[in-house]
Parts: sequence; structure tokens; C-alpha cells
Amino acid sequence: MAVDTPGEATTADDEITATSVAGAIRVAVPEKGLRQDARAAAIVWRRELLRFKADRLRMVSSLIQPVLFLLVLGTGLSSLASHGMPPGVSFRTFIYPGVLAMSVLFTSMFSAGSIVWDREFGFLREMLVAPVSRSAIVVGKCLGGATVATIQGIVILILAGLADVPYDPVMFLVLIGELLLLSFTLTAFGVMMAARISQMQAFMALTQMLVMPLFFLSGALYPLNRLPAWLTVLTRIDPLTYIVDPMRSAVFSRLSLSPRAVSVLSPGVTWDGWRVPAGLSLGMVAAMGAIMLAVAIAEFSKTE
Amino acid sequence: MIAEPAVQVEGLVKNYGDVEAVRGIGFHVEPGETFGFLGPNGAGKSTTIKILCTLANPTRGTARVAGHDVVTDRDTVRRNIGLVFQDTTLDNYLTGEQNLRFHADLYGVPRSQLGDRMNQVLEMVNLSERRASVVGTYSGGMKRRLEIARGLLHAPRVLFLDEPTVGLDPQTRSSIWSYITDLKRREDITIFLTTHYMDEAENCDRIAIIDHGQIVAIDTPENLKASVGKDRVQISTDDDESAIAEIKQRFGIDAAVHERQVTFSVEAGEQFVPRLFAELDRPIRSVNVARPSLDDVFMSYTGRTIRDTEATANDKNRARMMAMRGGRG
Repeated sequence: MAVDTPGEATTADDEITATSVAGAIRVAVPEKGLRQDARAAAIVWRRELLRFKADRLRMVSSLIQPVLFLLVLGTGLSSLASHGMPPGVSFRTFIYPGVLAMSVLFTSMFSAGSIVWDREFGFLREMLVAPVSRSAIVVGKCLGGATVATIQGIVILILAGLADVPYDPVMFLVLIGELLLLSFTLTAFGVMMAARISQMQAFMALTQMLVMPLFFLSGALYPLNRLPAWLTVLTRIDPLTYIVDPMRSAVFSRLSLSPRAVSVLSPGVTWDGWRVPAGLSLGMVAAMGAIMLAVAIAEFSKTE
Repeated sequence: MIAEPAVQVEGLVKNYGDVEAVRGIGFHVEPGETFGFLGPNGAGKSTTIKILCTLANPTRGTARVAGHDVVTDRDTVRRNIGLVFQDTTLDNYLTGEQNLRFHADLYGVPRSQLGDRMNQVLEMVNLSERRASVVGTYSGGMKRRLEIARGLLHAPRVLFLDEPTVGLDPQTRSSIWSYITDLKRREDITIFLTTHYMDEAENCDRIAIIDHGQIVAIDTPENLKASVGKDRVQISTDDDESAIAEIKQRFGIDAAVHERQVTFSVEAGEQFVPRLFAELDRPIRSVNVARPSLDDVFMSYTGRTIRDTEATANDKNRARMMAMRGGRG
């Protein structure tokens, strides 16, 4: 058995200009721990931002849809919709919170879906063999997706003036918080699905299949009262309803409108006549996010 | 000082459903060794490496890497190994340096050492000048070199190279090998690699030949070749017929004409040639002594050449590639 001695491995026609062996820098990789996991989560998060920054086309393309809804649909339907609107409120203002929610839907799912790409192109393996807990990687990914999506949402927030929504700092902070919660939950949902899906096409198809119904049933484009029974039930099942409603409340509470007008435009989610408070709505969304995150972590912690 | 083996495997079995990918293998790798796993596609090489890298759990048996059990002490094993996979695992949208930084953070390379270490590994694979370029613009060989640099970044004790040169052109392959031999000189490291290229296996200190999930032979390339036995000697003469007769008469060796040359097998062919010149009564125009290659070794242990077994596997691979390409659109 040959135990290699230094120099033996050198080939004469070695094209490398070998500098004298200065000795490798000894790197002491630390024991696994919370700090190490935090650093790992941070770099996974940072990578999402770097990738997003590098992909301007994606940034623009995912803004097209909400802008179309807000400006084109919002303006186009306003003459029809104005009959049902209290005076002085434009239809664009009404759908603005819904459009805001929409602006993060696809970006969140797309961020989560990049796990499928990462698997297909091998980078996932680089993450999965690292000496850190898988939860650090999944949390970093979800936070990254949430951050990127929220940045998209903020662009729509900046367009608030086009929808006659005032630039109120408190309202903005509340909305940003709600956008973060929504994007985190959606990314966690996407990551959970991505754990099981190995083809990008399948993931995209699933996204299309789920996201549009979620959006249309959430009351993003219409008030949730006076609906036929079947639609009332469907809207109450849709998790997105419970984030769109607090967002609408946040916007409408800042407008100088009569209580009557607010009750028409932002009637809130009711369960058999009981108004679901915003805190409970948001709590439910957060709980769902936490559960899906836990499932995603469990999925990625499996070993063959 | 008796060092612990860098890799120690006992009775390793891995089943995927009904398929027995690895059927009870055992071996060990000494610290500092370059150890090669040689075998055709589907022989169980990648499965074994996956288990050693903690990416798959063994069905039965144990494996220890850098002194730690791959199942019970998974994270310690992970800290002590570097990996270069068969398929690229780089982020094509990030720069070379960003890929390295990502790795450093995942492996917790101390920030104070990172800059120097990064310079060192980049310089080692000759990529310092391209460190700020997006990896998508790299050639296949450059990507592989960056992966090697990344695998070394956290100064692992064992570096796993799964088919490090597969899919590269011959020139790039040989340059990758010069980087590997160079890094052996610079870093105190054990290298465990898999390959199905015979010529590459010769760069190893020891080789295990694996076929159908079992190790059929394990030794140094020289000993393996010696176990096949005789060297092949080919000479050309003016009169082959009478040369054959004379060889039979003087040395008791059966020769025959192959490839238009008088061909025969003999032990220690190089020492035999001077005798041949001295004792043969006729002029010899040319002489060629060939040592047995690992091809011959593989053949003698498995009854077929690696190339035979590849032919069918390659068809499958091509079909898979086509499916992948179609699937991406």
C-alpha cells in the first residue's frame, strides 16, 4: 500500500508554476451552533437579494400585472363601478389594497420555486451538505423570498398617489408589516411544495393553478358582504382573505370617509355575522406560515 | 504515530427499493492517500460517495470519515469534508467570489481568515483574475476548478471528488489533474475520488475496482497491473514466420501475429528485451513493450471492459439529457 509522500504526486510536465509550499492556511471551522445557523440563514437570505438584484427583467415583469390591474382595470371599470361607490372615492382606491397583495403573490412563489431550479442545477446540494441545520437554510430562504417580494410591494406602495391613497407613514408601516407577513407565509407555502416537486414546469403549473383562485376569492377586487352563499363560503375559506381584509382596513381607516362609506367599501370578514378582528386575521395567517415553515423544514431534513 | 484512517467502511449496504446499489463493501483510506474508486456508471460509486458525504444513510454497515460516524456524527463529518460533485453545484448567477463567500458562511469559515484563504484557493486553481466574473460566463473547466477551490475553502481533511473530470475535453481533464496533484502538494489532505477513466485511476495511490455494487479488487495501480501478469511485447521482423518459430525454440514462448506484428506475453518484458536482441539470430526492426493497463485489470476481474459497460449506460444518459432539456423550456 502506498502512502503518498510529498513530491511524489508532482508530475514533471506540470504546467502550474508552483510557488513554494507556504502551507495551507489552517481554517478552524466552528462547532455547530445557533450563531453558525444564523450566519448560514443570513447568507441564504442575502443570496436571494443578490439574485433579485441581478434579475431586473424579473423585477419589471412581476410589476406589470399589479400595475395593469391598478391603472387599466381600475380606471376602465371606474365609470361602471362608480354607481356603487360612495361619492369621492375612486374604484382604484378600492382595489388598491388588493393589488398590493397581488404584487407579492407571484414574486413570493417564484422565490420559493427557485429551490426547484436549485435542485435541478445542483446548487441545492451545496446547501444541503453544509454543516448547518436545515432549518437555518429553509428560514433563510423564506425570509429572502419575503424580503424580495416586499420590495416589490413597496414599489406599488410608492404608486399610492395614483390610487388617491395618501402617503401616510403609519399606514405605510402597517402595510409593509402585512406585506412581509403575507410574503413570508406564501414563500413558506411555496418552499413546502418545492420540497416535493422536482420539475420547474410542474411547480409553475401549480402556482398558476393556486395563485389566481386564491387572489380572486380573497375579496381583493370586491367587498365581502352581500355575496351569494357559495361565494361567501369560498371567500371565507381562502387564507388570502384574512390578509387582504386587514390591508384594506389599514388603507380605509386613513381616508377621511363617513363611517357609512367605510362599511360599504370595507365591510370586513364576517363569520355568520361576527366580524373577525384584524388581530385574529393576521394571527391566523402567521400561524399558517409557521405551520408551513415547520413542514418545509421537516421535508428538507429527510435523508435518503 | 498511528493515524486514524481517513475513511473506514465496513459491510456497507445500500438498497433503493429492490435495487441493491451497494452490496456489502469494506475498505479503508489512509490519511494523505489519494484513493480511487474505479468502475463503470451504475457500479455503486456515487451511492458510496453519497453515504460517505452524509447525503444518504446506509441500509446496513458503518462508515467513518475523518474518525466520525457518517450517521451518528453527521455534522462533524460535514465540517471535515470537501465535495466536488459530478454535476456542477455552483450558482451561475453569482460571481466566483460570491459563490465562495456563500460557502464560507455556510461552513462558518472565520471572517478574519476568509480573505487570505479565498485568495489562496483561487490562486491554486488559477482563477484569481476571474473571481469577479459571473460563473455563468465560465467554461466547463473553469467551473470545475472553482468547485475544487470551493471544496477546499474550509480546509477539509478529506476531499471527495465524484468524477472530477467527467464531461470535460481531454486537455481540460489533464489540466484539472495537474491542479489536483498540485493541491496534494500544498494541502495536508486525503483525496477520495471516483472515476471511470482508466488513465485517471493511475494517478491514485490505491484503487478499488467496483462492479455491481461490490469491490472486486483493491490495491495500488502497480500491484493491480502486476496481478494481471505479463507484459505484452511486439516486434517487427523481416520474416515473422521464422521469428515465431525461433522464439518458440529458444525461449519456449508462443508468439503470434497481431496487428501485423509478432506479439507475445512475457513477465518483466523490459528485462526480456535485451535477451531477445542478444539471442535472436535475425535483425529486429522495432520493439514495443506494453505494461498491462488498468483496462486489462478491469477486464481480468470483471470479464469485460469499462467501455463495454458504458455503451448502454451512455444511451440512457443521452435520453435523460434530452428529457431534461425538453423539460426546462
